[in-house]
Parts: sequence; structure tokens; C-alpha cells
Amino acid sequence: MSKFTINRRSLLKGTAAVGVGLATPTIFSSKSWAAGYTNEPKGGTVTFGFNVPQTGAYADEGADELRAYELAVEHINGGGDGGMLNTFSSKALKGDGVNGKKVVFVTGDTQTKSDAARASAKRMIEKDGAVMITGGSSSGVAIAVQGLCQDAGVIFMAGLTHSNDTTGKDKRANGFRHFFNTEMSGAALAPVLKNAFGTDRTAYHLTADYTWGWSQEGSIKKYTEQLGWKTAAAVRTPLGAGDFSQYITPVLNSGADVLVLNHYGRDMVNSLTAAVQFGLRDKQVNGKDFAIVVPLYSRLMAQGAGENVKGIFGSTNWHWSLQDEGSKAFVKSFGQKYGFPPSQAAHTCYCQALLYADACQRAGTFMPSGVGAALEGFKFDGLGNGPTEYRAEDHQCFKDVLVVKGKENPTSKFDVLEVVEVTPRSQVEYPASMLGGELGPYNNGG
Amino acid sequence: MRFMGMNKQDWILFIGFSVVTLLGPIIFSPIGAGYPDLLQKFAIYGIFALGFNILFGLTGYLSFGHAAFLGVGSYTAVWTFKLLSMNPIPAIIFATIIGGLFSAAIGFISLRRTGIYFSILTLAFAQMSYNLAYSVLTPITNGETGLQLTQDDPRALDVALGRDYGAVLPSSDLFGIDMTGYPGFYFCGVMLIICFFISLRIFRSPFGMMLRAVKSNQNRMNYTGLNTRPYALTAFIISGMYAGLAGGLLAVTDPLAGAERMQWTASGEVVLMTILGGAGTLLGPVIGAGVIKYFENIFSAFNDNILEQAFSFLPETLQHIMVQVSSLFVGEGWHLTLGALFMLIVIFLPGGLMEGMRRIRNLFVSKPPGGTGSGGSADTPVQNPA
Amino acid sequence: MDAILLQILNGLDKGGAYALIALGLTIIFGTLGVVNFAHGALFMLGAFCAVSIKAVLGLEKVTLDPTQTTAWGTPLEIRQPYVEAWFGDLGATLLEYSVPVSILIAIPVMLLIGIIMERGLIRYFYKRPHAEQILVTFGLAIVLQEIVKSIFGANPIPQPAPDSMQGMVDFGAFLGHEAGNVVYPIWRMTYFLFSLGVIGLVFAFLQFTTFGMVVRAGMADRETVGLLGIDIDRRFTIVFGIAAIVAGLAGVMYTPILSPDYHMGMDFLVLSFVVVVVGGMGSLGGAVLAGFMLGILQSFASMNEVKEIIPGIDQIIIYLIAVVILLVRPRGLMGRKGVMEG
Repeated sequence: MSKFTINRRSLLKGTAAVGVGLATPTIFSSKSWAAGYTNEPKGGTVTFGFNVPQTGAYADEGADELRAYELAVEHINGGGDGGMLNTFSSKALKGDGVNGKKVVFVTGDTQTKSDAARASAKRMIEKDGAVMITGGSSSGVAIAVQGLCQDAGVIFMAGLTHSNDTTGKDKRANGFRHFFNTEMSGAALAPVLKNAFGTDRTAYHLTADYTWGWSQEGSIKKYTEQLGWKTAAAVRTPLGAGDFSQYITPVLNSGADVLVLNHYGRDMVNSLTAAVQFGLRDKQVNGKDFAIVVPLYSRLMAQGAGENVKGIFGSTNWHWSLQDEGSKAFVKSFGQKYGFPPSQAAHTCYCQALLYADACQRAGTFMPSGVGAALEGFKFDGLGNGPTEYRAEDHQCFKDVLVVKGKENPTSKFDVLEVVEVTPRSQVEYPASMLGGELGPYNNGG
Repeated sequence: MRFMGMNKQDWILFIGFSVVTLLGPIIFSPIGAGYPDLLQKFAIYGIFALGFNILFGLTGYLSFGHAAFLGVGSYTAVWTFKLLSMNPIPAIIFATIIGGLFSAAIGFISLRRTGIYFSILTLAFAQMSYNLAYSVLTPITNGETGLQLTQDDPRALDVALGRDYGAVLPSSDLFGIDMTGYPGFYFCGVMLIICFFISLRIFRSPFGMMLRAVKSNQNRMNYTGLNTRPYALTAFIISGMYAGLAGGLLAVTDPLAGAERMQWTASGEVVLMTILGGAGTLLGPVIGAGVIKYFENIFSAFNDNILEQAFSFLPETLQHIMVQVSSLFVGEGWHLTLGALFMLIVIFLPGGLMEGMRRIRNLFVSKPPGGTGSGGSADTPVQNPA
Repeated sequence: MDAILLQILNGLDKGGAYALIALGLTIIFGTLGVVNFAHGALFMLGAFCAVSIKAVLGLEKVTLDPTQTTAWGTPLEIRQPYVEAWFGDLGATLLEYSVPVSILIAIPVMLLIGIIMERGLIRYFYKRPHAEQILVTFGLAIVLQEIVKSIFGANPIPQPAPDSMQGMVDFGAFLGHEAGNVVYPIWRMTYFLFSLGVIGLVFAFLQFTTFGMVVRAGMADRETVGLLGIDIDRRFTIVFGIAAIVAGLAGVMYTPILSPDYHMGMDFLVLSFVVVVVGGMGSLGGAVLAGFMLGILQSFASMNEVKEIIPGIDQIIIYLIAVVILLVRPRGLMGRKGVMEG
């Protein structure tokens, strides 16, 4: 029993320690409860959180996003040549920060994994006091982080995310997307495909087996079948399959004359390489030239496929060869700083940072509900995509969509794509109710 | 019952551990880790590694599939939230049970083999779970996006008790205490302390001795007429339950379950945590988990701006060089640091960080070996290369 | 019928890659008793040998053309590879055949990398527990791939096959089918034949040379061979070097099939372990057999007809086979008792 006495005594000590421990959290959390909204900036600076993939397959894209963000912060704070601030239709930002506060930023690694992305975003919110999170290179991550930002009461400005769900089924009041989606890709591509390949075609889909792939496959099927195309088969391929030859060979004898590759990033590079190796680009089927379509193009990623992209159609959010004033200004300041042109990921991220800062300035606050109100229904121009609107119903930007083609005679390694057509906004618009989902109310946290 | 079969030193260890855990927010803030999310991760992955250590540290069976149990725990917890109640208690109970059942099934098959054949079997099961969860099982797992809560979930128990969350997305709460932020950490922290206590008991029990015997020489055990498989299977299930609980807690603090949690790299991570801290020791796995999570969250956040500030005391050219060199190891290069750390630890400290601590302590105090925290694992002889 | 034939062909080139990687891995298991998680990294390094050689061959002379400007206002750079500037057509050909040329250079480079790895790190781990071997080689794999990433970036880098080898072989015509239905890319056929050649060389080396005999003896009973006064350590260094060459060559030749990126080693790592285990630890024949078998079965599982019956089968087939084989045959297809069971 003597042993027991010691234990009881230590247990008592332990209990006391637990009591002290339990008392401590209030010291930390009381500060945030007193604030009007989550991470309300009190000093002379306001913190943005740039959450991009720094490791994994999309690390290069993430690095480009980060470059764009740094450039945007520089411009918002009045540094550099001002970039697209000079061409932006809203003149609220004066180059002296936002609401009189200098913009600073923190960065984090999403690893293109929902868990890691949320952990990284939480760190920015809980530790670094970020008032807005932006970035990312995949829809799964975007949706996961968007949900987190809604719960925490900060604004999420989506980076590169193309799935309908981001501003459809999984939309949230605190989340905003500038990038386009699969629905718009389908609507924009269909007329171009019709002109190029006619209406009597049979398509064979290879689809990355996860939500974005299905979303993409659904949209392309819907619009091409409206043209009168038939769908021979839609085959799901595992993410990161590496060599795609075992999925390509069945195409040879399927009777299809169009191959649609609903892949992105590394999968796109690999499946396209395999398709070209098996001679699909030069094949004749049903007396017609076989065609390959890559609905979502990324110039950065297409470089990995080298010559294989020549002549292959797809859509993209933005391309550096555009000749409007906004694009030219952006390419100039980005190119001069880094020595190469920006990718579409860099462009959308730069725009998102600018749009957020501008909305805060116009709203005169960083409070999510105030900023959101300033963004909802906001019409602007001069950011490289022509007249654009942030639709109030689903927080999705509506703008023209670029249909591009792999260039036959590239002049440099960046000159991979050429713009075939700019499909006007009216053709790619759809009612917000079509994709379902509920925005719900803003969450200001606090 | 004797007072839990633990001596004074064990109790000191346990109480010290509890105090450090509960004072985490104060202790870890000087190194920038005192914010709720990372503290929660420390506690949760600490539980995960503690459980893994019961299998690997004691029996020597190297499982490469434990992430599957973590993932299953998370999915179970989120489904419990969706169908029953936002209270974390049922969620973690179900997560632990399902984690245990799942590990019983996989363990039963995998333990028919030993050595690397066992490792590959567990790896195969986990990879199958991951691949299916990512694609074909999307109706259950919501695939790439991860299983999330929605406003119109049934939540039968909450409805029966008349709780209405209104138009906002609910978050888990323990009888009114929101499970995010510091309260969330304390919930996980208490769980960690309980798990640590159980693990301590197992280490000191006859059952623990038996498991160590399995590790040291399974053949001999079999020759004595003792069937070792039930013991190994029990250890496997216990560690699966720990993993299920950890997965459940991940969902409690952040109600989202993603398939990546089950990938082989995630299984590899817990192996690394355990070995890094010191396999077979009591404290080691928790420390290893903390170190890896710290790297992942803090080192990856260093960017050039922060580095420039850090080296701002240097003249400009030197500052530039230092930023260039060190940026290889932090920010996007944090994997490199992690890889190099593994190599250094294994080469110079085969017993993990715990051995390092023991050596430092031995420099100052001359104590008989096998004191607190060593957990009775035989010290591996150190071989320093050249 | 055509479809099945095509999937067999598909399986052969895939199987060739699996077999080559697994072969090196299993040699290291069998002789050194080391679980080498850095083996995938060797495959990746081989691929990046080809990338580097192409980059070196393709070093460009940059001249600025002040009359033209880029979109961001700096003078346009006109680039011409030095080899072309110096050697004209020969240089252009050299550039085009950079992948085959890389093989010649990759052999000494990979041998060197292998020897450095073995002498500098692996040999200290012969007697350590497998868990520690795994951890240290895994750490090494991460370090190697991060170094490659910091040099070459994370994006895949295109590495086309020479023009003359980009066409197709028409098997349909051979067999009297309709032309164009059973075609297979020349490069993939080359890869298959190449892998057979390398496998043959490795077997011949181990079977017919004294060195190989000693190594085989060492695999069977290391201690006795040591007691006979043979310096087994030095031979093991060379064995490791050979395994590195085999993995490296597999990587070099694979680049036109799969644009290499820094992560490709990790992608093949798990797979090659499964192949080795299915074949039986330390069994050379088993590794080759399992490599081709898994390659072909994976191809078949990807067929629509199969996927319709069992959805998602193509995602798990490799693991499923591993589980079944290990339950039916405890030591894999051709494994020996007592290897890697402790």
C-alpha cells in the first residue's frame, strides 16, 4: 500500500497540473473571440496566405503560382511597374496597400493532398493570422480548403481548379473562383470541334478516375453528343497510371475516330505521349483523320509532352500570347522579373490576389461578408480575359474561354499553344441552379 | 489488482508525459508550434505511432499498411457525424471499433507470413483500399475531394435530442464545447494520455513480455508448443484500433476524410515516425511523430522573404548566398531536409532520438541502463561508419 | 483476338521494365541481404542520365537579336545547339539519337553511382535490421530525388525516341489480319528486346564466369565463402554496381515511353517490390517471371470487357495477385526457404 500512497500523491500533483493546463487555452483564444471577425488585421499590415503545391507532381505549377502572388503583392504595395493594376477597370487600389495596410504574405505547401492543404491553411489562419487563403492546383484540394475557410471565417480565392463542383455542388459563400470549369470547356470546345471535325464522329474517352475527370467527361460528352457525335466508350484510368499503353490499344480497333483525354498534368503528358506513339494522330478511321482532344490544356504541363501536342485541340483559361492590354502588361512585368512568360495558373492566381485586394479596398474592410458583397456581381475588365463578371449566385467568374491548339512551328519552348478561337462568354454561360449546391451564409468567424 | 503493475519510475514518466502534453500550448509556442492545428496533429499522430509501436516495436512485424486503418477510422467518424451525431464520443468509439475489425481481417490473413512477405501483404491491402477509395468507392468515400459534412445530413441522434444546427455547416462539439482550436487539442491530448497509459501497461504486462519473445525468436516459441499467432494478431488489432482512433480524431478536429490518408506513403510515414523516435521505446514514437509533423508544417512554410529576414544581419552578398543555400532545405525543399535527417539518424543513432537522449543523459548522470523510457528494448550496438 | 494480342504486347514492354528493375533489386537482396528502397531512385537516375546527356548535347549558343523582342520586351534570343553549330548534320543526328547514345555513357556513370552508394553507405548496413536498411535507403531516395528536382524541376521532360524508331510494327499484316489493326510502336518492341538482352547478359554473367560463380555461392552461403578466403565484400561492391547499371539502363530506355520526372523512381518502387516478392526474394528467375506476368495481367485487367465485370480491377490487380500468390506459395513463385523471413 505504500506504493499506492506515492501514486495518489503524484496523481494529485498531476491533477493540479491538468487544471493549470486546462486554464491556459483561454489566454490564447480570448484574443480571437474579442475580434469582430477572424484575424482582423490590427497593425499596419494585412496577411495573405498563399497555399500552393511545392512538392509532388504539380510543384512547378505551384512555383509559378507563387511567383505570380509575389508579383501581385509587389504591385498592390506600389512596387514594380504596377502590372495589370494599370489596366484593371477598377481604380480603387492606389499602390499603397489595402485599406491603408501594407500587404505581407505567408506561404505553405499543399502537397496536392487535401489533408496537407488543410493543415497548411490552418497554420496560416491559426498561427500567422492570414485573412485570406488562395492558391492550389487541383479541385479536390480547392474544395477541401474552401470548406475549411468557410468554417474558419476567412475568404478563399481558389487557384487553379477546373471541376464544376468548386462553384457547383460544393460551393461555399466564403469561396470565389476566377478559373473556368469543365462545363465552360465543353461549351466552348463543341463549336470549334464541329468546325474542325464535323458532326459525324465517334468519340472514345479516357478519363482520370476521380471527381474532376468525371466532371470533365460528363461535360464533353454532353456537348459533343448535342452536336451529333456518338460516344464509343468512356474508360476510367487510375490516377498516376504512368504508362497508358494498355488503355490506348483498345482505341485502335474500337471504331472511334476521336480520342478525348480527360487527364491533367502528368497523366495528360503520359497518355498523350502513348496515344501519339501508337500512331493515333496520323491514323485514318472511317475515312477520316483521327483526332485527339485534350479538353483542359496547361501550357506548363504541355511542355512535358514535347512535340506530341502539335495540332491537338483543347481549352485554357488564359495564354500569354494574348494581345489585349491587360495580358501584355502582365506578361511584361512577369517576364521582366522572372525571364519567362507566366502560365495560366500564374495568371489566375495573380488576378485572384488583385481582385481580393480591390474588393477589400472598395468595401473598406477585410470582413468576409463585406468583401464578399463587394465581389458579388462585380463587373470588371482589363485582367486579360475581357469583360468579366463575378456571378453573385455561385461566386464563379464568367468570361470568354480560349480554345487552343498545339502549335505546329513553335518559336521557343514557351510557344507551345496557339489560340484558335475565343468563345464569347454568352455561349459558355449556364444557370447557377444547374450545378446544384448551396452557398449558405457568409461566415465572419471571430 | 496491484496498483496497475507499474513502479514509481513508470508513474513519474506517465505523469511527466501528461503534464507536458497538457502544457503543450505553452511549451511549444517558443518554437512556433503552439497553435491548435499542429498541436492536434502532434497528439493524433502520436497516438498513431504509439499504436504502431505496439506492433512493430514489440513484435518486430513491420506493417506497411497501417494508414489503411487510419483512413477507415476517419471515414467511420465522418459517417457517424453524418448519420448519428456531431458529438465526438460516438464517432471515436465507432472509429476505434471499425479500425479494429478491419485490422483483424487484414491481420488474420497477413500474419500467415513473416518478414518482408508480411510487409508486402499489408502494403498490398492498404494500396488496394487506397485505390478503391479514390475511385470505385466514391459513393462511400467521396473520392478525391474527401468525405465532407453537408447541411442536410440526417444526424438521427441529434435530431432525436432536438439539436438543430440551423443553416450553417455544423462542426463537432462535445456537449457544447466546439472541437476545433484548443478544446479540440485538449480532447486529443487527453486521448493521447489515455493511449500512452494503455501502451505503458501493455509494455509492462506479461502480454508485452510475450510479444517481445515473439520478436526475439519466434521459432523457439513455436517449439515450446506455444502458438505465437494469437499474440501477434492481438498486437496487430490493438495497433489497428489505435490507428482507427487516430483517424477518428483527425475527423473530429477537422471533419473531412481524404483517401490520401491511406496511401503507402502515409503508411511509410508512421514507420518513419516510430523508427526516428526509437522503435520499442515508450516515448520515442510520440517524439518521432512530433518531429515529422513539425517539419512538414513549419519548415515547408519558410520562404525567401523569411530567410532574408533571418539572415538580414549579414552583409548583402553573404545574405544572398545564405538565402540561396538554405532555401534548398526549407520551403519547397523541406523533403530534402527530412530525407537527410532520416539518413543521419539511422546512421549515427540506430535507436532513434531516444537513444540520442539516453546518450546525452549518460554523459551527465551515470545510471544503470534500462531506466525510464527505454521500455526495455535491447540497445542495438552502434556501428559508426568509418 | 486482336485486342488480346495487343494486350500481350503491351504486357511485354511493361513487364520488361518491371523485370529489369526487380532483377537488380533481387540480386541485392540475394547477395547483400539489403532491402534497398533507393532502387527506384537508381531507375530515376538512369532516366536523368539520358536527360542530362540530351541537355549537354543540346547546349545552346544564345545570340541576342536586338531587332526582335519577346512579349515582355527583352531582345529575342536566338538559340542554336553547339553540336549543330560545330558538327552540322552529324551534330543534329547525335542530338536525335541522344537516348541510344546515353546508354553508352550511362553504363560507367551508373556503375560509379552504384559503387559510391555501396562503399559510402550500404556496406555499413549489411548487418543492421531490415527496418534500418529500409529507413536509410528511403532517406537516400528522397535526398536523390529532391536533388534532381532542384536541378530539373518537377515537370516531366520530353525525351523523344529517334525519328527512325518512332514508327510502328504491323503484326496484323504478319498474321494475315487486316493491316493496321495490330500495330505496335517500334520503340516499345525495342524496349522489350533490350530488356531480354540485358536479362540474358546478367544471367550469362552469373552462370558462366568465375566471378558469377562466387557470387552465386555467396548468395547461397555467405559465411562459408568468406571462410574460404575469398574477398566477398569487394565482389559485392561490383554486384551492387551491376544492379545499379541494370536499373539505370531500364530508366534510360524508358524515357521515350514515359517522360521522366523526379518522382518516377518512387512510382516504380512499390511495384518493383511487389514483383520481387511475388517472384520470390532473391530469386533471379522469379523476378523476371513475375515481372512479365504482372505486366501482362495488368494489361488484361485494363480491358473494358474485364473492367465491366469487376469495376476498378485495373487499379488493384497487382496487389491482388501479390496477396493470392503469397497465400498460396509462401515464398513467392520461386523463393527459397529462409530468405528474408526473419
